[in-house]
Amino acid sequence: MDLLEELAEKFPDLVSPTQAPHQAVRNQISIALRGPDVRAIAEHFISAYGSRLVAVFAEDRVADESVFYNYYVFEQSGEPTYVILQAPIPADQPNFPSLAAGLPAVNWQEREIQDWFGLEATGHPNPRRVALHDNWPDVHPLRKSFPLREVLPPFEGERHVYRPTLGEGVFQIPVGPVHAGIIEPGHFNFAVAGEPILYLQLRMFYTHKGTEKLFEDMPIHRAVFLAESISGDSAFSHGTAFCQAIETASDIEVPLRARVMRTILLELERVCNHIGDIGAIATDVGFVVANAHASRLRELVVRLNEGLTGSRWLRGMVCVGGVRRTWSLAQRDLLRDTVNHVEREFDSLIALVQSSDSTRDRLEHTGILRPETAKVLGIVGVAGRASGVDLDVRRDHPYAAYDRYPFRVPVYQEGDVLHRMLVRVDEVRESFAILHAAANDLPEGPHCAPPEPVPPGRCALSAVEGWRGEILHWVRTAPGDRLERCKIKDPSVNNWAAIVEAVQGNIIADFPVINKSFNLSYSGTDR
Amino acid sequence: MFKILQETLITGIATVAYPDVPAMVSAQFRGRPEFDFKSWRDARPAADVCPTGAIVVSDVVGQADPEGTPPANRRVTVDYGLCVFCGQCADASPEGAVRVTTEFELATYHRAGLMLVADYSLNPDGTHRQFIAEYQAVLTAEDVGNQLSEAVHETLGRSLAIRQVDAGSCNGCEMEIVALNNPIHDIERFGIHFVASPRHADMLLVTGPVTRNMELALQKTYAATPDPKVIVAVGACGISGGIFGTNYASRGGVDATIPVDVYIPGCPPRPEALLYGILLAVGRL
Ligand code: SF4
Repeated sequence: MDLLEELAEKFPDLVSPTQAPHQAVRNQISIALRGPDVRAIAEHFISAYGSRLVAVFAEDRVADESVFYNYYVFEQSGEPTYVILQAPIPADQPNFPSLAAGLPAVNWQEREIQDWFGLEATGHPNPRRVALHDNWPDVHPLRKSFPLREVLPPFEGERHVYRPTLGEGVFQIPVGPVHAGIIEPGHFNFAVAGEPILYLQLRMFYTHKGTEKLFEDMPIHRAVFLAESISGDSAFSHGTAFCQAIETASDIEVPLRARVMRTILLELERVCNHIGDIGAIATDVGFVVANAHASRLRELVVRLNEGLTGSRWLRGMVCVGGVRRTWSLAQRDLLRDTVNHVEREFDSLIALVQSSDSTRDRLEHTGILRPETAKVLGIVGVAGRASGVDLDVRRDHPYAAYDRYPFRVPVYQEGDVLHRMLVRVDEVRESFAILHAAANDLPEGPHCAPPEPVPPGRCALSAVEGWRGEILHWVRTAPGDRLERCKIKDPSVNNWAAIVEAVQGNIIADFPVINKSFNLSYSGTDR
Repeated sequence: MFKILQETLITGIATVAYPDVPAMVSAQFRGRPEFDFKSWRDARPAADVCPTGAIVVSDVVGQADPEGTPPANRRVTVDYGLCVFCGQCADASPEGAVRVTTEFELATYHRAGLMLVADYSLNPDGTHRQFIAEYQAVLTAEDVGNQLSEAVHETLGRSLAIRQVDAGSCNGCEMEIVALNNPIHDIERFGIHFVASPRHADMLLVTGPVTRNMELALQKTYAATPDPKVIVAVGACGISGGIFGTNYASRGGVDATIPVDVYIPGCPPRPEALLYGILLAVGRL
């Protein structure tokens, strides 16, 4: 471990090559630090290696080790291995130095640690509550001492106070949590001067349902279903991310057939949601006919999903070790035929969308997220790739069977609604290529590894490129087929900040289409 | 313009005729698990694998009487209001006592109408010795009182305006509700449409689990909806809290916060199941 020696030399107070229980499994190295202050080492990772801070999260180990841990996950461009720093925070000094001032990408993540674990992010530029609403009592639900099923009395605390936006002719428009369309709940507070939006404030976590804590309360075979309910439009991606984490932790080899089947289903999830989004973007600029075709196409994919998995949204298919059911030859033919059919129709759908100048006019230069801003805010997934952020877990940290099929990762610099749509168009075409190759490849063999007990006390990280972007799950296993902790990071957590930036200066009537072009998951954010 | 018309003409009519003709359902689709209580030798493995606790086994110690009817030592309860239709109970019960069907028309007026109960006496190893009885849950006077009146059906039975409220769901149910508006399911052919404000709505279509953070918003939305109104709870989470249940952040099913008239099981319920429930709620089936 060269990295470890180098770090020990540079940061002798923080890293010791011999003492700490470092761990290396599959595509991840975990380095145990001696203290909570990671500022210098994070700075070093970013400036010397060009690393990206992927995620920050906490764990309560007070009962066993008298400390909390903060975990910092780094990724280095071109390097398939994740580096995870484990920083102990003594239970009697529950605070850690914040990184948010220099790294806005961790803004919400650090505040979530404050709210859920009661660990103070000292020096955070905006330490207000985010993951618990302001009217909640002073509780820290992710602490082990807090009972999951506790029924809190009616909330009587102060409600959130939005920052005032002042000036002649400036108005604030509150929207939500119950919206006009059929979408998830959140609150948007717009400050407008006439039509243009000056400033947008968001409140999320309306759908917070205790998901991470619930993982600690159920056996792993049930928890797979909970993972599928983190964000219902990404059931298969979240389910796979979760199962991969358990497989890494317990050193299970997933058979090749299962990996190819997972790849196919992950791509079907992408195709289905991207087509839905292309149609929804068209609707929001009044091109309803295009949406009619798009939603009809999406329905074809959803029916294929049902034919392959028994569920229109791919639920109940993934399991630890592989997938629950194998496919007959007839199902493989169904896959091939439907993909061929959808591919043809997709081309005419895109031709239809592109034939409309007025649609292009509404989408181009609307809701721009600049590449510099996207990088600083840590924007990932479709939204990142439309703004120059060249990341894709499938290519950078291959999983399932992605190393077997070549595909291109589309990246644009423009960062407007149009290019967020074009990233989707390109990706759907790449997905078709992967689907053809995988359907032809589909090797014989078992579809699931034989079940084995999950060893306790193991930690593992897993990443999946869901259709929105990078999904992370991190687990620590417990005795008896259970989990000590499961951390979930949906790409939406980072990407809300992008919407705040992208809407500025746009007219409020364009907000729906800008929002749709990101199409973030509220439930994935709020958990 | 020509291109748009051409596309539309080539496509033709995509809309399905459900419920006038049966729904197009794949043979693979996992709908209602059917329980043959009489031949079920052991419910414990199924209860063990059921992810949401929809199958509950509760044992009481009783004295076996070798002569007369054996005492009921075990009660097995199945709750379709919690079921996520994963089919694992069928896989765990190899003797074929549990069979996954493709049935999805499961909506009811009563929470209790989603429950099945069976009693057994036991062998020493815990397997079922003898099947004793099977009950459909008995409806209470309160349940019957909740049944929507003819008057409501009269008023809302023709054109119906629905306000959808996501009170904490994972977005799965929303996707199927959106699909109701696509050209294939096209709910507008029934004169049913989704409106932007509860003030214009006759029906609230509510998904759950109801989070603590959405409780107030749901109550306010309910209050803002003019009478007569119909409240429909959608999906396992909307009915019972589903896999989330009740916890520090979740109040469980919709009926813990506002009164519910119709329950639509599913995870998520497919568009035809939603349509069935909505039509049931306004007396149009
Ligand atoms: S199909 Fe329903 S009852 Fe059977 S195991 Fe799954 S959730 Fe439980």
